[in-house]
Amino acid sequence: MKKNITIFARLLPVILVIAVGTTACSRKSRFGSVLPGRTSDVTDGGIAGRGTPGGNRNIDNVPPIGGNNGLNPGGIGVNPIPVVPEGGLGTDSGKRTEFDGMDRHPETFETQTVYFDLDKWNIRPSEIEKIKTVATHLKANASHKLEVEGHCDERGTEEYNRSLGEKRAQSIREFLAREGVSPDNVRTVSYGEDKPADPSHNEGAWSKNRRGVFILLTPPKTL
Amino acid sequence: MNPHAYFHQLLAAALLLALPTTLRSAEQDLDIERLRGGSLFAKPIPVFVSGYSGEADTVLKNDLFFMGIDSVPESQAQYLLTGKYDGSQIDGALMDKINKNYITRQAFKGGNARLQAHTLADAIAVALGRGPGIGRSKIVFRAKRGAISELFITDFDGQNLQQITQDGTITAAPCWAGRDALYYTSYKLGNPDIYYHKLSSGERRPVARHLGLNTSAAVSPDGQHIAMILSKGGNPDLYVSDLSGNNLRRLTTTPQEESSPCWSPDSREICYVSKSSGANRLYRISSEGGAARSVPTIGVSNCTEPSWSPDGKFIAFTSQAGSFRVCVVEAKGGDATILIEGEDPSWAPNSRAISYVRRQNGNRVLSLLDAYSKRTKDVARVWESTSQPSWSR
Repeated sequence: MKKNITIFARLLPVILVIAVGTTACSRKSRFGSVLPGRTSDVTDGGIAGRGTPGGNRNIDNVPPIGGNNGLNPGGIGVNPIPVVPEGGLGTDSGKRTEFDGMDRHPETFETQTVYFDLDKWNIRPSEIEKIKTVATHLKANASHKLEVEGHCDERGTEEYNRSLGEKRAQSIREFLAREGVSPDNVRTVSYGEDKPADPSHNEGAWSKNRRGVFILLTPPKTL
Repeated sequence: MNPHAYFHQLLAAALLLALPTTLRSAEQDLDIERLRGGSLFAKPIPVFVSGYSGEADTVLKNDLFFMGIDSVPESQAQYLLTGKYDGSQIDGALMDKINKNYITRQAFKGGNARLQAHTLADAIAVALGRGPGIGRSKIVFRAKRGAISELFITDFDGQNLQQITQDGTITAAPCWAGRDALYYTSYKLGNPDIYYHKLSSGERRPVARHLGLNTSAAVSPDGQHIAMILSKGGNPDLYVSDLSGNNLRRLTTTPQEESSPCWSPDSREICYVSKSSGANRLYRISSEGGAARSVPTIGVSNCTEPSWSPDGKFIAFTSQAGSFRVCVVEAKGGDATILIEGEDPSWAPNSRAISYVRRQNGNRVLSLLDAYSKRTKDVARVWESTSQPSWSR
């Protein structure tokens, strides 16, 4: 096809050159002619905010998301059940506000930090007693809740690590549920590899970074 | 090494030895060709560029390179690009060196020298069949400093760096929604949540704020849906919603982790990562739901971070076996080709250039890759570590 056009063009060079003389801005291939061309204004392709960062509106006070958007969250209702279904223990997004205003106590269960094997989320036998200690406290203090942070080492890709960290935290949440803690009182927050306990790049650091961290949440103190 | 992989390699070696010699050498040639990328991406077009100097010259040649057009000496050229930047406007005439045909002549004014050069490069690439142009495309990425990470936008070549977020928290997984908006994950409220951010106005609104993980938003190319990873069901699973985060539909229900969704160019399918087989593998699923299909990546394992090429042909991804490697495979799956040491690829609009991340002394460095030549260029060094590039369309 291209070849045919070229042959045609070769048959009619003179005619074309003459014809083109009066045409302002055709930009197709032309034989031996100097194109008149056209000068266009450049744009940056439509990305706004060039040179102006465009502000950065506060997102501190966004309204809570209501309900759970009609999805069945893995079969868990308001009543805690100690059995973990295949798909995992769902959460009710409407309950997020119950956690948000609580006082945080990262020091309470500092020595109960749970460590994981490389690229794994199953609970090692050595870590079981730590989780049981936390479970005992929660069962004895009905107004207390828990945040479980999931963390990874840097030997994974970033968004996979965010999922793995979440799975580690959920794995601890499921263990707590089996111990009789209401999963509605346990939230999970994955940091992936973004909050290492030790920022060094060696096995010693990595084994410290693959962890689940407990933050005890208590009702806010009223004055 | 995984004992299964070792066994498969032994088996493959045994099969190969059993084949007639002539066939084996042909196969090997094919493999070598594939490894060089020669069979996957078009050879660069040699062009002699003359008449430009300074910034215009640098920008033009760099842009052309990442669009598969090499600047070469006149003797080796197939086309001649001649023009100038005169302080207020740029022009260029492209001629076929053999038959002296002019292919195109273009001139641009306004903006600045850099923008004019990008625009001319795009026009030349389109004229040579190497469009769509990428000269004016942008890359959004995150930069880390200690425990803080914020988003930045840069011209694809690393210039015009602009900080987008200033939240003093962890910000991650940005993706474009058109050219004036982003979706991304922010820990501003103490939980990984997904936000929409309009760049021109600074308007932000939450899109997914469920308990647990809300991350890895990916906007469909038709601008109608978002794919994302949520753990509201108890595990990290793949979900799809409308642009506001409503009409949420759960697409996977595995007890294992899903991560990193990306869309097919026709917006009908999603490629994502699942560990449901025990190892991270790539899968494709209809955005309407249904059964997931595995995308085989023969020769490499532990695959994450897929990016579907805009022309629909390839899926680039990261394979991790000790080190991290950027690979490509045909979108239906097949033999994987290792492109380069690195991770988290994002295709340019031209399905040829790739932005990716390489590790250096424990930190990540944003880089560009020409998939054919494997030549790379580091861009936009910001803070300690730069990662998670997303290339605008």
